[in-house]
Amino acid sequence: MEKIKMEKIVVENLYKIFGPNPEVALKMLKKGHSKDEIMEKTRHGVGVADASFKVNPGEILVVMGLSGSGKSTLVRCINRLINPTSGRVLVDGEDVTRLNNKELRHFRQKHFGMVFQNFALFPHRTVLRNVEYGLEVQGISLDARRKAAMQAVEQVGLKGWEDSIPDQLSGGMQQRVGLARALALDADIMLMDEAFSALDPLIRRDMQDELLDLQEKMQKTIVFISHDLDEAIKLGDRIILMKDGVIVQQGTAEEILTNPADEYVASFVEDVDMTKVLTAESVMKKSEIMAYLKTDGPRAALRKMQKAGISSIFVREKGKCVGIVTAKNCRKAADRGEKTLHAILEKTIHKVTPDVPANTLFSMLGDENQHPVAVVDENDHLLGVIVVGLLMSRLAETMQPEINGSASANV
Amino acid sequence: MMQFPETIDIPLDVWVDAAMDWVLITFSGFFDLLGQIILYFMIYIEKFFVWLPWPVLVIGVGLFAWRVTGRWWSGLLMGAMLFFIGALGLWKLGMMTLSLVVASVLISLIIGIPLGIAMASSDRFEAVLKPILDGMQTMPSFVYLIPALMLFGLGKVPALFATIIYAVPPVIRLTNVGIREVSPSVIEAAHAFGSSYWQILFKAQLPLARPTIMVGINQTTMMALAMVVISSMIGAKGLGLEVLLAINRIEVGRGFEAGLCIVFMAIVIDRITFALATKKKQ
Ligand SMILES: Nc1ncnc2c1ncn2[C@@H]1O[C@H](COP(=O)(O)OP(=O)(O)O)[C@@H](O)[C@H]1O
Ligand SMILES: [Mg+2]
Repeated sequence: MEKIKMEKIVVENLYKIFGPNPEVALKMLKKGHSKDEIMEKTRHGVGVADASFKVNPGEILVVMGLSGSGKSTLVRCINRLINPTSGRVLVDGEDVTRLNNKELRHFRQKHFGMVFQNFALFPHRTVLRNVEYGLEVQGISLDARRKAAMQAVEQVGLKGWEDSIPDQLSGGMQQRVGLARALALDADIMLMDEAFSALDPLIRRDMQDELLDLQEKMQKTIVFISHDLDEAIKLGDRIILMKDGVIVQQGTAEEILTNPADEYVASFVEDVDMTKVLTAESVMKKSEIMAYLKTDGPRAALRKMQKAGISSIFVREKGKCVGIVTAKNCRKAADRGEKTLHAILEKTIHKVTPDVPANTLFSMLGDENQHPVAVVDENDHLLGVIVVGLLMSRLAETMQPEINGSASANV
Repeated sequence: MMQFPETIDIPLDVWVDAAMDWVLITFSGFFDLLGQIILYFMIYIEKFFVWLPWPVLVIGVGLFAWRVTGRWWSGLLMGAMLFFIGALGLWKLGMMTLSLVVASVLISLIIGIPLGIAMASSDRFEAVLKPILDGMQTMPSFVYLIPALMLFGLGKVPALFATIIYAVPPVIRLTNVGIREVSPSVIEAAHAFGSSYWQILFKAQLPLARPTIMVGINQTTMMALAMVVISSMIGAKGLGLEVLLAINRIEVGRGFEAGLCIVFMAIVIDRITFALATKKKQ
């Protein structure tokens, strides 16, 4: 059988019920009883109910939800710090739920680095000895593990602190140690349970940036737990939203924000600044038509504009988008009998890549010349254009579900 | 007042005696052998302490106390107290007492720490052991003299046995508490990195429980010292016997001297083990 790009982690119909006799609660749950009902009738707590999702190699998946929604339970079911009640967890196609204790230990050593909300460092060990812990457990020789640990310490910017003990460090630095401890392992998966939630906002932002930088180099598969949507949007290639142990929506940040599955999701989305989330690509008008400086004269450009129903057109020369001409100027140039676009070419234009946040576009569109912004790919090929009116109407559209949500809540 | 009916009389004493007889007969070989081994071990320890030149011990303890407490005058005081024991002419008896304390503490730790570890890793074992330890600690200390006497006869061995029984509960209890007090999130992290039971025990639980276990060792040592005096009743030679003889003969001065030496010894041992327990690890 040919092996195509396989998912790194596959979670199938995962349930976790806390209590001495989970089968009864499981049956009730499958019949559709709610978490609260089950708690009331059987005194069993539902941690996770019927969770299914996949994580692709090299991606950051953020699991988001309010406190108590089952995020920690879910992530701990992946490396079996908590044993699932039913369901499967596959890592590289291997079913983690079927491993015996010894296999599980080796599996954890090989695949999982974990970072905790409260850091969970070993208070009696120095920074370096904390970082080398995972390798020490694997029986790696002192020299080799010290070297790897030192490298991880440097990676997180703690060089010079390796002989300190955790108590002497600030929260941010302690979590760097936590991060280094997980990195030193060279495991392919990182499980991060609210890793930055205990840090104050400025430090948190630094850590997020650093994680993204590191991730660029390492390409690990990361499952990141967060209760903060801004963090989820920033870090997550994809986001899973949980409520009462159930996954209520999964998708990219944009999918979730522009189309919240229900009011619960919408309530999360509410306080996010939409312009930060929407990208140039999502507010542009698709258009690939350009005029060519070398071959197109004013009349040709005019015809292209008329066909596409636009009033200005970007101009390309030697594989680069070099400027713009307007229909008005084209007409004047044609009347004057000019054969090229050189005289009327306006060279001050704004070009952006498709992934820039929409909030940066306002300033570009606010220019007195009122030209649209060009959205181009890395080869300067035009992908689309953004005009003020379009941007405003797209924003209004995405605000809509939120307005509906709060309106119905008032009834 | 109403008399309790004499017809109701549970013969618990008879049963215990019968059980004890049975144990003695069935396991006499075992206890003889055990007694021999312990005796051998104790004689060596005693020989060592009696052989140890007094200035070495006085100066050594003084320096050590200085180091662990961090105060030079504390070291000086500890050394002076030991010197005083010698100055009263009780050095040899003091060393005999000390050797019995050391031997019983060592054995208490060998028994107590593993029991404490087992207690920490099994809730059921804890539930069984806890009431037994409570019972052991509330029982008057000289009660242990009787079975010790019956099992091993008179001498050092039963004294050691009774001392261990009396002194071992704190170290068991505090090893258990110390391990259970280790933050669950640290243990979780250790699990997450694939540690085995023993790795978690030796790399996380025991090092983190160390200060609590040291407090247990301190208490065990103090209790052993107290018991050593009482166990002189069944033939342990040393300062305790000196006190006992003084009481029997109503020689107040002699009893006071020996008593004072025991107090000094207690202070020295307590200060040093306490300092070890609370000392910050660098
Ligand atoms: N060990 C446990 N025993 C019983 N209930 C638990 C346990 N751990 C978590 N729960 C319950 O499971 C639910 C999900 O908890 P958790 O996964 O910690 O949520 P989150 O990480 O999203 O805040 C909560 O209702 C919580 O009370
Ligand atoms: Mg949590």
